[in-house]
Parts: sequence; C-alpha cells; structure tokens
Amino acid sequence: MAAYDASVRSRRWHTLLMVACVAAAMLLASISAEVSPVKFLENIHRFPSYIIRLFYLENGQPVWTDFGEWFWGLGRWLRLLSETLLMAYVGTLLGALAASCLAFLGAANVAPARWVRLVVRRFCELCRTVPELVFALLFVIAFGLGPMAGVLAVAIHTLGALGKLFAEVVENIDMKPVEGVSSTGAAWHVAMRFGALPQVMSNFVSYALLRFEINVRGAAVMGFVGAGGIGQDLIEAIRKFYYSDVSAILVMILLTVAVIDSLTSLLRHRLIGLEGKN
Amino acid sequence: MDAVRDRYPEHFRRFGPQRLPMIVVASAMLALLLYGMEVLGFFDGKLLSGMGRLVEIAGLMMPPDPGSWAHARAYGMALIETVAIALLGTLSAAILALPVGLLAARNVTAQRIVRFLARRSLDTIRSVDILIWALIWINVVGLGPFAGALAIMTSDIGSFGKLFSEAIEAADRKPVEGIASAGGSHFMGIRFGILPEVFPVLASQVLYYFESNTRSATIIGIVGAGGIGLHLAEAIRTLELQQTSFIILMILVTVAAIDLVSSQLRFAMIGRRAGPGK
Repeated sequence: MAAYDASVRSRRWHTLLMVACVAAAMLLASISAEVSPVKFLENIHRFPSYIIRLFYLENGQPVWTDFGEWFWGLGRWLRLLSETLLMAYVGTLLGALAASCLAFLGAANVAPARWVRLVVRRFCELCRTVPELVFALLFVIAFGLGPMAGVLAVAIHTLGALGKLFAEVVENIDMKPVEGVSSTGAAWHVAMRFGALPQVMSNFVSYALLRFEINVRGAAVMGFVGAGGIGQDLIEAIRKFYYSDVSAILVMILLTVAVIDSLTSLLRHRLIGLEGKN
Repeated sequence: MDAVRDRYPEHFRRFGPQRLPMIVVASAMLALLLYGMEVLGFFDGKLLSGMGRLVEIAGLMMPPDPGSWAHARAYGMALIETVAIALLGTLSAAILALPVGLLAARNVTAQRIVRFLARRSLDTIRSVDILIWALIWINVVGLGPFAGALAIMTSDIGSFGKLFSEAIEAADRKPVEGIASAGGSHFMGIRFGILPEVFPVLASQVLYYFESNTRSATIIGIVGAGGIGLHLAEAIRTLELQQTSFIILMILVTVAAIDLVSSQLRFAMIGRRAGPGK
C-alpha cells in the first residue's frame, strides 16, 4: 500500500509540475500579448451584441423580415463568390500539377539524384511555411491589384503543401512495377509514368480535393490584401460597419464552403470506392 | 508481337471505351482551367511583365537586412508577441474546447439533439476564417495582440472540439464499463475511464496546433491584431524589401524552432508512430 501511495504521489507531483509550467508560460504570454482581464470583462458584452447587431438591417428590423434588403448586392456578391471559387480552382489545379511533377523528384525511393531531392524538399518547405497572405502581398506589388496575385499565392502554397504529401505517397509505392519498367530499358520518366503514376493517382486526386476545400477558405480572405475575390467586399463591410452586409456575405461564404465540402467528400468517397473495386 | 496484338486487341487500343470517361473529365477540367485563367486575367500580358518584376523584387530582397539595430529589436519583440499570441490562443482554446468536445462525442453524450447542436456550432466556428474572427474581435476589444489571441482561441475551439470529440469516440469502452460496474457515476466514468486514456492524444494535437498557430499569428497582424504581421505588411507596402526578407527569415527560423520543440515533445508523449491529427 505504501508503494502504491508513493507512486500516486510521484505522479501527482509530475502532473502538478506540468500544470505549473503551463500556467507560467500562459502568464508570461499574457503579459506579452497585453491581455487585460479588466478590458476583456468591460468589453465582452459587445461580442454577443456585435453578433446580434449583424442580423439587423439599417432600419432596425431583423434581416429575415426583408430578404431583398438584406441581400441587396446579391448579383455583385455572387459574381465575386464565383471569382473566389475560380481562384481556388485554378490555384489548386496549377499547384497540384506542379506538385505532382516535383513529388517524383523529391521522393527518396525514385529521385534521380540526392541533391535534386534535397533542393525540391527545401523548396516545398519554403513555399509551405511562408503564409499565403504574405505571398499575396508580394504578388500584388508585382502583378498589380486583382485576382491573379491571389491565384498565384494559392498555387504556390498548394505546391508546397501538396509537394510534401505527394512525395510521401510516392515513397510508399510498391517498387516492383517501376523496376519492371526500368528493366526493359525505359527512361526515368517512362518508368515513372507507367510504373509509379498508376499507383499514386487516386491518392493524388484525393489530397488535391482536400486541398481545394482549404483553398476555397483561403481564397475568400485573399481580398483582404487586395488580391481578388469576395474578401474585398467583406473587409470593407466590416471596417465601415455595414452590419447586415457582413452577415449576408458571411452567410454566402459559409453556405458555399458547406456545399463544396460535402461535394468533395462525396467525390473522395467514390474515388476510394473505385480503388477498392479494382 | 503481332500475334499478341491479335489475341488481346483491347490492350493495344489507344483510347478504349474504358478510358473515355477519364478523357472527358480531364478535358472538362482543362477547359475550366483555361476559362478561369482567361477570366482572372492570366492572358492580358500582365503575367509576363509581372514575372519580370517578381524577379526584380526577389533580387532587391537580397541580402536580408533589418536596416538598423532599432528595427531588429522591434522585430524581435514583435516576434515574441506573435509566439505569445499563438501560445495563449492555443492553450485557452484547448481548455474551452474540452467540455464542448465531450458534448459532441457519441460515447459521452447520449442526447442526440445536444450532440447535433454541439457539432453544428463547431462546424460554423471552423468555417469562418481566422482573419475574420480577428476583425470581429478587433471591434470588441480594440486593435492589438489581445484581439489576435482571442481570434486564435475562437477559431481553434472549432478545430479542437472536432478533433477532441473524435479522439474521445475512439477511446476504449472497457475502462468506462469497469467503472460503471463498480458503481461509479457517469461523471466518474468520464474522469477516470476516458480522460486518462485520451489525454496524451489531445495534448499532442494541441502541440501540433501550436506550431500551425504560430504561422497564423504571423498574418493576423496584417489586419491589425498584433504580432509581427503588422511590421511585415508595412515593410512590403513601403517596398522595404530587404527588411521584408529579414522578417520572413525570422519567421521561418522561429517556426522551424517551434516545430522542432513541439515534435520532440509530441514524440516523447505518444511515441514515434503516431502522426498529427490521427
């Protein structure tokens, strides 16, 4: 019993020490992040009231009493929303195509040379770690305001993220088909095309679809830095306190994201089902 | 060869009926890609001139240089603030998300309606981008890092709630049944049957998110919610390109360092096999 007590006591001490460490880290962080509980408590009532205020029109009526007034800019917003979707689509596809080429160069089992692999890996890491919006800010300077900067930012980030995932998929393939094709004297790219690509295709598509979901959300905020899409109208509405516009645009974005999510998950499940059949 | 060709004609046809759906899908995707690039302004000649300017910008970014010692100090402080925002947001989100995750888990909450409501609200929170949360919190507590920490917290409650509920649902039933059979209450079943089992998984997810939140925290400054993002956006907009690359370099080093520390901690906690989000 004494041994049991001792072991419980030592575990308690460990837990307590961990809690103390976490608490100390949080305290230091709160000082640095200028957290003030007083300001928070004084202003917290404004959070629910802000959210509620979003659902009232300028004339003081709740938004659902007059849909025409709530969605007054429907045509413009739908156009911007379709631009956002198109940005996500083009960015994802360009990024995924580039990533699927780089993946074969960056995978440990099939890469043509060690230095190629290292260069590709580092490049993907750089593209992935620098946030999308930073790329967008830089591209806005180079390409001017407009959706093209946003598309390229999405594409670069997708390239980085998918390059890593795709390379991991390629590293997990069965090497026998590749060896078989190579043994007939085929060049490297032929061996990849007929030995490796058929094995990884369904996984590539599945990851690219997941990335598309993420990129729709990402493209929606590209407008915050002037890189096209619905974000431009959203940030303007938030900054100028056009409350009902904010809620209208947010509702439209949320609906679009929900529809895209369920469509892609449907597609991915069908894809996995196809794989099972073969 | 001809004999083989005669015996298996279907394997030698270039575009058999089997491949027709693939070809249709691929050409439709390509058409949409070209249409999208046309709509988004890829073919106006802006692309080429922009690429030239991009190369020029990349040249001007070298070598990274903070400009003056005072700038470097300010960037360092802002970077510490960024990490503080990420730490504070992640930890407070984890604490708040645990009860919500329990409410959304099938083996804890029997009432279907409670579970449904918990899941839907988590989905809604997750669909709103972190930058939008930052803008909303700025309206509530004012500009500054506090708003950023609250934005990360809000957006992470959505992600953690979902991940936690999945981890809790995957927990073994036997300890809970054992406690119930010894006369323990439902609450005791959760405290002594489920929590000890899932805690390492939850902690590793929190650590994983801490790293990705550091990345998010670098961009919320662009909308005025504290951290290094403010300096970064300013440096890009005023075309101080050497300072820009210096800040990006600082961010990359910090993220890499945090990645290293958090993955070491994660491996220490759950062993090398378990990956993120599993």
